[in-house]
Amino acid sequence: MSKVAWYRAAVIAGVVALLEALCLAGVIDKITMPAPHVIARDLWRMLVSGRMNAAIAKTLGNTVLALGLALGVGIIAAALLHRARAVRDTLDPLFATYYAVPVFAFYPFFIVVFGLGDLPQILIAFMLGVVAVIVNTLNGLDRVPNVLLKTARILRLSPADTALRMTLPYAGPYVLTGVKLAVAYAFIGVIGSEFIMSRGGIGYEISFAYANFDNATMYPLIVLILLASVAVNGLLGVWEQRLLARRGLR
Amino acid sequence: MTGRPPAPLHAVGPIDLDIRPGEFFAVVGPSGCGKSTLLELIAGLTPATEGRIEFEGAPVAGEAPDGIGVVFQEDASLAWLDVAGNVAFGLRRSALTAEERQRRVRDALKLVGLSDFATSYPAQLSGGMRQRVCIARTLVMQPRLILLDEPFGALDQQTRLLMGDELLRLWRETAATVFLITHALDEATMLADRIGVMSARPGRIIDVVETGWPRERDSRIVERAEFGNITARLWHTLRAESMKSIRS
Repeated sequence: MSKVAWYRAAVIAGVVALLEALCLAGVIDKITMPAPHVIARDLWRMLVSGRMNAAIAKTLGNTVLALGLALGVGIIAAALLHRARAVRDTLDPLFATYYAVPVFAFYPFFIVVFGLGDLPQILIAFMLGVVAVIVNTLNGLDRVPNVLLKTARILRLSPADTALRMTLPYAGPYVLTGVKLAVAYAFIGVIGSEFIMSRGGIGYEISFAYANFDNATMYPLIVLILLASVAVNGLLGVWEQRLLARRGLR
Repeated sequence: MTGRPPAPLHAVGPIDLDIRPGEFFAVVGPSGCGKSTLLELIAGLTPATEGRIEFEGAPVAGEAPDGIGVVFQEDASLAWLDVAGNVAFGLRRSALTAEERQRRVRDALKLVGLSDFATSYPAQLSGGMRQRVCIARTLVMQPRLILLDEPFGALDQQTRLLMGDELLRLWRETAATVFLITHALDEATMLADRIGVMSARPGRIIDVVETGWPRERDSRIVERAEFGNITARLWHTLRAESMKSIRS
């Protein structure tokens, strides 16, 4: 581990230790927040009992689905837009202002149209992520050197082969930036909409536990979400490092 | 401002050129004279506004013909593939068996002296080695005409001379026709059977010089008296043209 990584771990450990001390000293009362060691114990018990398994499976499943949709649709849309100059010029300003629109505002409308199932939540998460994938993929495709496009023509690659074997692989690191954003957005979209209105999932369980002063459920679930998103981001980070190192970019 | 579109720019003037099968033909010319455009016309990367380009009797019309390979000046190695993957890149859609494909990649790597680097990535190689990867990727397709657009432009002088030796060896061993674009007069003299001299833009071929070198040759011909004479003749023709292109 590098020196910086040690410092980072030390900062996190320090914050947890401080919270632990404040909780044990009674500065933070039990109704507000249990001590970190209690949360860890409750999380362990919750996972062993399996009482949250259905909620966890629903949230993670929907997140993965929304992420897959955002990636598939986003990358294909970017590859097509890259070839259709006029369409792209029309849409570019929309992409630039897209994240000024609170996508959650559409959630009630989606529930009215699709009912209170998983679909509205997946749609919200998809809508949050897809444009990040499109914008970052387009950014990568724009950077493909002309000499590679000429090489593709000399080797008589079809347009589909050129995209799949030449331009998209070249854009890989940029696409990966989009993937990282889409992962975060997928989590936010699914869990956020579960908070607002839902019949299950981690977000719903946290909001239910909150309404019932059930700290032994609420805090472990918050920690679980934290751990899950940190783990996924960490794995993507490692992958990105390898990709960039191979290309001599880091 | 007027609403009229700009007049079309003539990159190359009328050119009447016949490349003989199996020969090493070099083109020299002042910068901006349309050397690269000429190469792109032959490769089918740019359509000609007028006239006709034929490869093996068939017209080249806006699409790269089968049997032509191109090595560009810029680094065209694929950073996400290892050296063997780079070389095999163009063979993916071919009807070859896996063994035949591997054998061809091995042979091409051996030809350019990169056998020990098959599993390296371009980022781990020097500029000269990356250019050899691109040459191997071209050779593996077994082209009958190899077009080179200042392939050693980014390399230092010593490496250029040695790469020139390698290019001569490859030319002899593959029996392909080679068409080399260069701005270096000595490089053209050292490598080519015939040298076409281009004028300033719009480029035309204003002189074709026969070097008369034997097929078996290498960079040591720079020691010969004729080498100096031929290079001097090229410069004599080119000097006025280069002045034009600098002044314009």
